[in-house]
Amino acid sequence: MKVPTMKIPILKVVIVICSVGTISLLPSCSGSNEVTENDFAAAAENYANIVVASYQDSYDETVKLKEQIDAFVANPTVKEFEACKEQWLKARIPYGQTEAYRFYGGPIDDEDGPEGLINAWPMDENYIDYVQGDSTAGLINNPEEYPDITKALLEELNESFSEESIFTGYHAIEFLLWGQDFYEDQAGQRPYTDYVVDGTASYPERRGQYLKLTADLLLDHLDAVKQEWEEGGAYRVSFLALPKDDVITKIFTALGEFSKGELSGERMFVAVDSRDQENEHSCFADNTISDIVNNFVGIVNVYQGEYKKVDGSTVSGVSYASLVERINPEKAQTVDTAISETRAAIAAIPDPFDQAILHNEEEILDAVSALEDLSDAFADASLELKK
Amino acid sequence: MKRREVNIVLFVSIVLWCWQCTYSVDLRFEELSGGINFTSYNFSKDAFGGQAKNLSRNESRLFQAGNVLFRENWVAAPASVESLDGLGPVFNARSCGSCHFKDGRGAPPDEPNGTRFGLLWRLNIVGENPGETPKPHPVYGSQIQDHALPRVKPDAQVEIQYDTLYGQYTDGTPYVLYQPHYHLTELAYGEIDEEYKLSPRIAPQVAGLGLLENIPEADILANEDVDDRDGDGISGKANYVWNVLEEKKTLGRFGWKANQPTVLQQTAGAFNGDMGLTSSLFPEDEFTPYQEAQSVALPEGGSPEVSDRQLDRITLYIKALAVPAKRNTDQPEYIQGRSLFYELSCESCHTASFTTGSDDEITALNDQKIYCYTDLLLHDMGEGLADNSPDFEANGREWRTPPLWGIGLIKTVNKHTRLLHDGRARNTEQAILWHGGEAKTSKDKFTKLTAEQRKALIFFVESL
Repeated sequence: MKVPTMKIPILKVVIVICSVGTISLLPSCSGSNEVTENDFAAAAENYANIVVASYQDSYDETVKLKEQIDAFVANPTVKEFEACKEQWLKARIPYGQTEAYRFYGGPIDDEDGPEGLINAWPMDENYIDYVQGDSTAGLINNPEEYPDITKALLEELNESFSEESIFTGYHAIEFLLWGQDFYEDQAGQRPYTDYVVDGTASYPERRGQYLKLTADLLLDHLDAVKQEWEEGGAYRVSFLALPKDDVITKIFTALGEFSKGELSGERMFVAVDSRDQENEHSCFADNTISDIVNNFVGIVNVYQGEYKKVDGSTVSGVSYASLVERINPEKAQTVDTAISETRAAIAAIPDPFDQAILHNEEEILDAVSALEDLSDAFADASLELKK
Repeated sequence: MKRREVNIVLFVSIVLWCWQCTYSVDLRFEELSGGINFTSYNFSKDAFGGQAKNLSRNESRLFQAGNVLFRENWVAAPASVESLDGLGPVFNARSCGSCHFKDGRGAPPDEPNGTRFGLLWRLNIVGENPGETPKPHPVYGSQIQDHALPRVKPDAQVEIQYDTLYGQYTDGTPYVLYQPHYHLTELAYGEIDEEYKLSPRIAPQVAGLGLLENIPEADILANEDVDDRDGDGISGKANYVWNVLEEKKTLGRFGWKANQPTVLQQTAGAFNGDMGLTSSLFPEDEFTPYQEAQSVALPEGGSPEVSDRQLDRITLYIKALAVPAKRNTDQPEYIQGRSLFYELSCESCHTASFTTGSDDEITALNDQKIYCYTDLLLHDMGEGLADNSPDFEANGREWRTPPLWGIGLIKTVNKHTRLLHDGRARNTEQAILWHGGEAKTSKDKFTKLTAEQRKALIFFVESL
């Protein structure tokens, strides 16, 4: 049997260790351009302010979406239906910018975080409603098994059969509004009459009920995350009390993992690699380019410490960009260059993304590389902040 | 207080303080379950899905591509998404991720006919000579596929019934265990002879397989003690299994009986047996000629159905998944449980640590000091756990020591705590209590512990 032994160090060693320990506890002094603990605290506070403002915007825009959906279901006309779609697209703008707060176990994706209920994709839409070739697919068309559609049921079913059995969130609503997209030059073409009795699809009332409930559920989940970040909110308080390096690790892990893993990898490289037209983030509404742009804006918001609200006003304060600039201007320049190059590379991808997958591989891969460079630059910069 | 007393108190305090230091320094290094590159600090629902650090850019991209392939559903051929067709005709699952949900672990159903995820049954002949390649059943092949494409009949369904066994700790605390029994129903292609036994296999969490593949063979074999020469009651035997690419037998490392030599072959085997998909390694479907003759003619999804390009991406993905770091290493309960883990000789088979080799082409996998808690060897686990199905060198009572890393996070990722090869254990405690055979002495020692000690040991295991 192998038992690892633990040796009690002799007194001499004790003294040496103790002295070393004491010395390392002394505060270290850097150059004249010193960034203080207060600067770091202010940057963390500003980060939290940006987070809460963007969740507030996401919430407010989704309230409007929910109200518009209620109006449409009560009175299903083409005008109300188009207004729902328009508002869905608007609601995606602030939400896309909040995705830069994932990947460190914050309120959005901690153990019971609702990320998978809010924004899960890709989804097998046939769990929800009819699809091409199967007019009876989905929960909506299956009243025998699911007589009552409730929020609790949708929440329970989400991701229950497989990772792609998605029943809730923005993309479920997107599918219920647009339907499947088989078109080169336009998004999905679900007719509003899918919600009209004796219209174009069976169970229009159940479909309307589903649409309303999933919008309502989305609001619940956004609200829960927002509350955690509000002044006095549980997570905000604990986050701001963390040692400075832990805060930097969280914020920059998010920036790095989001830009390199999720955005450039899963959402862009994989789409090109699989050459699958519908392997894109907002595949029903053809809104993927806007998603990518807003994801990128969210990343830049965090680093530059500034968020432009939906109403046009700005939330800003001490930025991590300014701290990196003061500690190591050269590294700051590297990040700035990477940001501009990424912005240009993303702008060069033609809309819609599903056609770019097929015809503009080079442009997409350039943007992928640019995001990877950006991710590496963030990793480097965060080391400077921790020195 | 006298001066001398003060001195003694001071000295003792310093020694104690420093003992604590040494201890915590030691345990802090142990916290990196997957070494510097392969340890993730994500303890959320995605705890088993993290990407290793220090991958090359290309590896990182292919990891993402593999991730998507891992969870995507395969469909019947022909389909509009050609890259993903060819499922079946018979199968257990449509995607890797439906059994290994979020790269995690499957579980049996709570009711006899309930839905299960990630549990299947191999079909093995009893009494085969050790070392022989298992022969598939002439009609049903090497496992029961309980799903099929439209117009095709699945092999059979399996009903699970549990007997409740009652036991007692030395301190008088009672416990229960559940012994499963399996019955085939709805056999679609005729009866199965008695000489064939069902061997249930749960889909385990997949993180860390690249590291286990990269442990030098000599280091694994160094722990072999087939005839128990050191007399500790624990043998440890390597399995040698058919390696398709090398066309010879090599060391088995993966699967509940260590019956697969590499991550690539394990993956291609799962595509083949569990999903009915052919690949360059396994060009034939798990649908026997007899079954084919009984069914309607069905289109193939290409030849092979899983391209090498796809297989490489998924294999890289699996190999590059990081292991969650240990939690709680600074807590007294962890430290107590850890001591008990060694005292009870759990570590004799659940070998705490190895250092990976230096030659893997994914360079991040090289030279990692890992804490996997497995020796990758076969051990007799007693009659209670026996499936009576031999598999190459493994006899019907032998199982490979499963790694324990990540075990405490199954609850978070997969919403259950079912353990062992068929998920019969409802929690860590029951899993320990099922240990028999070579592990019986350790199990008996466990039953003699106090409630507080048992809790500490379980706390330690669930912090891995």
